[in-house]
Amino acid sequence: MNDQISEFAGPTIDWFSVSPLLVLLFGALLLLLVGSLTPQWRRGWYGLVSAVTASAAIVLSIFLWRDISSSGPKLLVGGALALDHFAVLASIAICAAVLLVSLVTSDYLAGEKSDMPEIYALYLTAAIGGVVMVAANDLIVLFLGLETLSLSLYLLAASNRKRAESQEAGLKYFILGGFASAFFLYGVALTYGATGTTRLVDINLALNSYITVPRNDTLLLVGVGLMLVGFGFKVSLVPFQAWTPDVYQGSPTPVTAFMASAGKVAALVALVRVFVTAFPSRADDWGPAIFVLSALTLIVGSVVAVVQTDVKRMLAYSSISHAGFILVGLEASSHRSSPDVGDGLTAIAVYVVLYAALVVGTFSVVTVVAQSSTDGATSLDAFKGIGKSNPVLALALTVLLLAQAGVPLTSGFVAKFGVVQAAVSVGSYKLAVIAMICAVIAAFVYLRIMVSMWLSDATNPVSVKVPLFSTIAIAIAVSVTLVIGVLPSLLLDLTSNLTQLASK
Amino acid sequence: MIAANLEVLSFPILTLLVVMPVIGSVVVALLGSSRPEWIKLAALISSVSTAALSLWLLAAFKSGEAGFQFVSQHLWISQWGISWHLGVDGISLFLIVLTGILFPLVIVGIDPHHNETSYFAWMLLLQAGVMGSFLSLDLFLFFVMFEIVLVPMYFLIGGWGYDQRVYAATKFFLYTMAGSAFMLVGIIATVALAQRDLGVVTFDLVKIAEGAKFSTNAARWLFLSFAIAFAVKVPLFPFHTWLPDAHTQAPTGGSVILAGVLLKMGTYGFLRFGVYLFPQAAMWARPAIFTLAVIGIIYGAIAATMQHDLKRLVAYSSVAHLGFIVLGTFALSSQAVTGAVMQMVNHGVSTGALFLLVGMIYERRHTREISELRGIQHVAPIFAGVFTVVMLSSVGLPGLNGFVGEFLILIGSFGPARWWTVVATVGVILAALYLLWAYQRVFHGEPDEANSTFKEITVREGLLMSVFVAIIVVSGIYPKPILDRIEPSVAALIEHVEGQTK
Repeated sequence: MNDQISEFAGPTIDWFSVSPLLVLLFGALLLLLVGSLTPQWRRGWYGLVSAVTASAAIVLSIFLWRDISSSGPKLLVGGALALDHFAVLASIAICAAVLLVSLVTSDYLAGEKSDMPEIYALYLTAAIGGVVMVAANDLIVLFLGLETLSLSLYLLAASNRKRAESQEAGLKYFILGGFASAFFLYGVALTYGATGTTRLVDINLALNSYITVPRNDTLLLVGVGLMLVGFGFKVSLVPFQAWTPDVYQGSPTPVTAFMASAGKVAALVALVRVFVTAFPSRADDWGPAIFVLSALTLIVGSVVAVVQTDVKRMLAYSSISHAGFILVGLEASSHRSSPDVGDGLTAIAVYVVLYAALVVGTFSVVTVVAQSSTDGATSLDAFKGIGKSNPVLALALTVLLLAQAGVPLTSGFVAKFGVVQAAVSVGSYKLAVIAMICAVIAAFVYLRIMVSMWLSDATNPVSVKVPLFSTIAIAIAVSVTLVIGVLPSLLLDLTSNLTQLASK
Repeated sequence: MIAANLEVLSFPILTLLVVMPVIGSVVVALLGSSRPEWIKLAALISSVSTAALSLWLLAAFKSGEAGFQFVSQHLWISQWGISWHLGVDGISLFLIVLTGILFPLVIVGIDPHHNETSYFAWMLLLQAGVMGSFLSLDLFLFFVMFEIVLVPMYFLIGGWGYDQRVYAATKFFLYTMAGSAFMLVGIIATVALAQRDLGVVTFDLVKIAEGAKFSTNAARWLFLSFAIAFAVKVPLFPFHTWLPDAHTQAPTGGSVILAGVLLKMGTYGFLRFGVYLFPQAAMWARPAIFTLAVIGIIYGAIAATMQHDLKRLVAYSSVAHLGFIVLGTFALSSQAVTGAVMQMVNHGVSTGALFLLVGMIYERRHTREISELRGIQHVAPIFAGVFTVVMLSSVGLPGLNGFVGEFLILIGSFGPARWWTVVATVGVILAALYLLWAYQRVFHGEPDEANSTFKEITVREGLLMSVFVAIIVVSGIYPKPILDRIEPSVAALIEHVEGQTK
């Protein structure tokens, strides 16, 4: 017994490489411990701590980025985590979402008169889960990250104790999320059964090693399919999207912003990494599945968005169709053999980063507008007349919505151009055309919101006040949208050697 | 090319043509709340300097040269091989001048009645987008400009239009965007396929058109993807249904710009991108496009005849006129294409002027119903006279500008598209019918009570219209300087097409 224990050698851990995670963990514990032991802090301080933590994690991630640039990608903690540009970029997007959402939440909770540290601590734990997910090189580790993220999100969705909708959203999300996790875990188990490992890189090696033997892939394919279902729930792909509009609508708006940005980025990046790293040899099998899911998600997301009357529901469906767009990039990379997955991966990375900024900015404006209306409503009517009462805010939302629609000179166009280019360059014309048509349908949704703001007169005009922190968050989101829209080279330069994923 | 580049280094006139309105727009938006009285002045200074630049360009343009002049090329998105690549040749020259002149006229001549700041800001942004579309020699840049135009136009129609404005604006936006969706996929596919021949990823129009060899099948698909976008923009039957709504609901200024230059982005696109990039596919698609163009001519004319609303009548007349332009464009003979380019400008001038006049009628009578108007000739003879000249230009009366273009188109199309041209000629007669009939109902007869107080044309309106009338008459009587500048570029294009299709 003793002998066996002494033989066990823990993996060597490169502490600096996981420092963003440690910083986030420290911030979360600080908020929870100190926050619960001390009397109520002054207004805005909880949010600031969270924002500073996220900023520190971003700074450390930038250092990691430079490390990777000089010494190449590598695996950490005995192959459990991957350290490559793809993961670091996604981590930065997640931390940036935490930063912006914390600022907005700070104003939101001040407005609700219930500033408390738990929300921010949950943002940070969710971010830990997200950062683990985007870097996970092991299905079990990925599952841990997924659960950390999801559990935090369930609580966040239900965090407004005054509103029944928030409770309902939390419960609904929890039950369906539980199902999704079970699907995912079962998929992991079957995949392990088929390949004998849960390490993504090793799965690929195992699958390649018996390529010549007449292969019986049933176990593997069922496993992959179940994992896809689990991911489908998490990123709300059609037909697994049913929870999304209800949960997005019922959750407090800053939380919705967080779910739609950080939550979605983490799950999408993890999905992409699993398929591209572990199963490139079976791309012929999962490629068509992704094609169908992508087309369905795009079509349903954009068409159903059109008939909504609540802005949060509209944006929920639009976020569904954005996920469809990102899958267009994944479908494109299924046409190329690993490790050269080419444009698809780069396009996805660019898309998720820009999408995160975009969606946080949009929901921030919605938060501000909803708080100014009498009953916190987010119907289209609540947006009427903002163009007259607060033209600057209306202009900011217009820029963000035009970007979501993919109008040129905004970041949204750069993102869409990237994935469509990836699809077209591998000859996937059908999906490219479907995606662009759906972008047009979705544009109608954004136009409706713009019409409300600019071209309709308010029935009972209220002046929208934008608090300081929210102003900063919205300004950052709009600047990213416009600067990257006009000068995409700034971001494309960074992502030029992104396709090298960590493999050893 | 190199010489042109050096010249540009000293004075980037084409870039200025695009940037000047943007600066104006930003200044107007910033002045907005603090100095409302300066807004119009700022908008005017910006647009007049753009006009001056475009006239200077016209003067400095070397006639008799076929290639692109004043070329300006700077790397924009190096990873995707995209550059800020502008140039002007005989085909785009007059469209640029038209864009330069039309905007200050609209800005000085028509008051928006409310929200001046945003109106002028959008107007100037629109000008930048249109200028950029006509000047771009880079597929990506062209697409950006082509799309960005939608946003200001959407807000102009939606914000300052008539009763159904939101519906019309949304329809306009979605129709055009749906067309461009195909074009974007087409552009990317063009670049991806051209990469195999060129060895580099580039969106450079000239490089792709001269260097890439697309397979017959691929070229056809690519051409179609471009053609849909342009067919919606022109608009070609059956993609035209957004146009009557947009025109009728748009404020007068918006209609003038829409008819004057925006629609030309479609016909220009056909010529510059469709035909230039995929000559073989364009030849292949000709019969279908001829047919649609001729249907547009006849259908537009009949629909125009039936309209009760004067503005809608002019809108449908645009469908007919643009059918002629498309017919000429795809006839691909030197005369027909020259005529088509000339007619793009003519239509911009005469239909723009018609919309201005209809706008003036609406200002006075608050109706555009033809049945409500009567005998205006008696109370406002000068107004009626101006209307006559403009209308006759639109009909294509010899001696006025409309005749030159239409005549060249018909002569040049007769060879390559004989029977289509025969049918199209009927459209010329129909044009005379619906316009003269409308004129008769509105201006002749005894004015009733409401019309007897119809105000004569004011000095400001008169000065505004005199610019249009001068262009109509001068270019009708002496079109040679214009044709001299258009023809070499057209000849080069035809040569390119013939070289590729042999």
